[in-house]
Amino acid sequence: MDMGSLLHQFIQQMINGISLGSIYALIALGYTMIYGIIKLINFAHGDIYMVGAYLGFIATTYLGFGFLPAIIFAMLGAGLAGIIIERVAYRPMRNAPRIAILITAIGVSFFLEYTMMLIASPQPRTFPAIFEATVYHLGPLVVNSQQILILVSALVLMVALSYIVNKTKAGMAMRAVSFDADAAQLMGINVDKTISLTFALGSALAAAGGVLVGIYYNSIDPLMGMMPGMKAFIAAVLGGIGIIPGAMAGGLILGVVEALVSGFISSTFRDAASFAILILILLYKPTGLLGKNVREKV
Amino acid sequence: MKRLKVFAVMAAAMALTIALAGCGGKKADGDTVKIGGNLEMTGGSASYGASAKNAIELALKQINAKGGVNGKKLALVVADNKSEATEATNAMQKLISQDKVVAVIGPNLSSAAIAATAVNASAKIAAITPMGTNPNVTVDPANGKTKPYNYRTCFIDPFQGTVMANFATKELKAKKAAIMVDNSSDYAKGLAQFFKENFVKNGGQIVAEEFYLQKDTDFKATLTKIKAANPDLLYIPGYYQEVGMIVKQGREMGLTIPMAGGDGWDSAKLPEIAGKNALNNTFFSSLYSPDDDSKLNKDFVAEYQKAYNARPDVFAALAYDSALLLAKAMEDAKSFDPAKINEALAKVNGFQGVSGTVTFNAQHNPVKSAVIIEHKDGKQTFKTKINP
Repeated sequence: MDMGSLLHQFIQQMINGISLGSIYALIALGYTMIYGIIKLINFAHGDIYMVGAYLGFIATTYLGFGFLPAIIFAMLGAGLAGIIIERVAYRPMRNAPRIAILITAIGVSFFLEYTMMLIASPQPRTFPAIFEATVYHLGPLVVNSQQILILVSALVLMVALSYIVNKTKAGMAMRAVSFDADAAQLMGINVDKTISLTFALGSALAAAGGVLVGIYYNSIDPLMGMMPGMKAFIAAVLGGIGIIPGAMAGGLILGVVEALVSGFISSTFRDAASFAILILILLYKPTGLLGKNVREKV
Repeated sequence: MKRLKVFAVMAAAMALTIALAGCGGKKADGDTVKIGGNLEMTGGSASYGASAKNAIELALKQINAKGGVNGKKLALVVADNKSEATEATNAMQKLISQDKVVAVIGPNLSSAAIAATAVNASAKIAAITPMGTNPNVTVDPANGKTKPYNYRTCFIDPFQGTVMANFATKELKAKKAAIMVDNSSDYAKGLAQFFKENFVKNGGQIVAEEFYLQKDTDFKATLTKIKAANPDLLYIPGYYQEVGMIVKQGREMGLTIPMAGGDGWDSAKLPEIAGKNALNNTFFSSLYSPDDDSKLNKDFVAEYQKAYNARPDVFAALAYDSALLLAKAMEDAKSFDPAKINEALAKVNGFQGVSGTVTFNAQHNPVKSAVIIEHKDGKQTFKTKINP
């Protein structure tokens, strides 16, 4: 193979990887925010992403919504689900040992998966084509409009999130609670409300990821959240769990690594590579790529 | 953490098994005889099980309407194998020890069927898989001996892989093929192996062989690699859910070559997942086409349509044949003793089913013809028929 075609293949794999990575990043953001604020690895997060995909499916198929209303509908719905889950499952456990709340999260994960199976049947569903893929050829490279849509939506949402966290009062409250919940409470911040808001935001982002995936891959099922949930967890750890820009970077890096491994080594090693990254990070830099000794937390 | 989930599921399943075992099975009442259906009611291949269940129920209804078999009515008891090998063994166990069935139809998936054979063999209950096409369902790979209690109504993988390889060389004039194999499925690996052997024997060349796992959703990296190898055919012997996404993403990547696969493609979901246009210029080998014009088949299609308001797919046709075959064996045996039913099954000769004539060879495989089906604007159309 000559250098030119190798280069084209490399760039094409970067494009593939970035579109996959932006989805991981969207889910990883929720992981990282929730960890940042209550130190919980929310294993139900991948399933919130699934719930979001189904809400998007309902909005487009039964309610006849277009892309934008559908994604907003899914984000609102999943945000509400996030608040309810926190209220019902996690808040009563807030002072329990960390392992107990972790197990609760696994329980919530199962609950969501199998409840959805009961309601929506385990058969995969297909999204209606609300956003037809237009394919652009740039020389030998192929990009389609859905990949651009995913990347743009992910970027817009990440910028919006950064704005909320860094520039608004609610964001300031979130950072304060994350830093020291007791002190924040003494300063008159409503800790419960702030935690609810964090769950709502994180869940809404996952739901957006779910809808984008539904449109992109055109197939959703009740167990679709398992693997992306794990991958997003790796992305969050890779970037430094609790750090918002870390989750974005981690997601994109993971997506690109997976594409390059499948493209140039073997598709069989793709998942192995992701988990190898997790092990290496935990061994050599447990705070993640962007982690510092004194961590800036959400 | 996924491992933890798996453990939790297993623990729950065990608890449930113990609870159910405690209840004890009801004895069959005097006038009905139970046939087990070890079927894919949930999971990635749920549409196969749904079709099979419909077809078996239709067959039993017709048999019972004519007075049943040996003066008794037949009833179907379904156990869900969740499209998984471990669950298929559990389902087989439940059907045999708890529901006291006299024979079993299913599972449809090769991996699941292979896993379940040990259970029905040790209970000496005959099992017919309608669609488990892997050779090892009826033959023990360790010693090459035929498993005495396992049968199938479909042809085996070598034949499907061979048929497609011949079709690719002769009709599609393909010289360079790429293969994408579902690495979690015995069925896909079997098809791929025989396609590869025969395609090379026909003078072709395999330019790329890639693997994926069930539930994967992103294939663009692999497809980019395949495209760079410049094949003139892509062979994907997997199941419809992943195949649909591979075809869709492949077409989006500008891969316009013909794509081909096996009967795992046969699902009404495929055009929905892949998109009708993307599916043009794709072919799959199958056991059955509802367009077959034998009288038996025409009647079956009409009855099925009336009952379920849908055209039967291959899973329905083969499950229907399996049910009729069992009834025939019971009649021949003049008994509902599982051992006698098994003896009669092995001797079946020239049984006329909707999918063709069934005579079991020494490996309990039927000798029958295959069809190639082409997708045209989302519709399956009969392309050609290939005899053994």
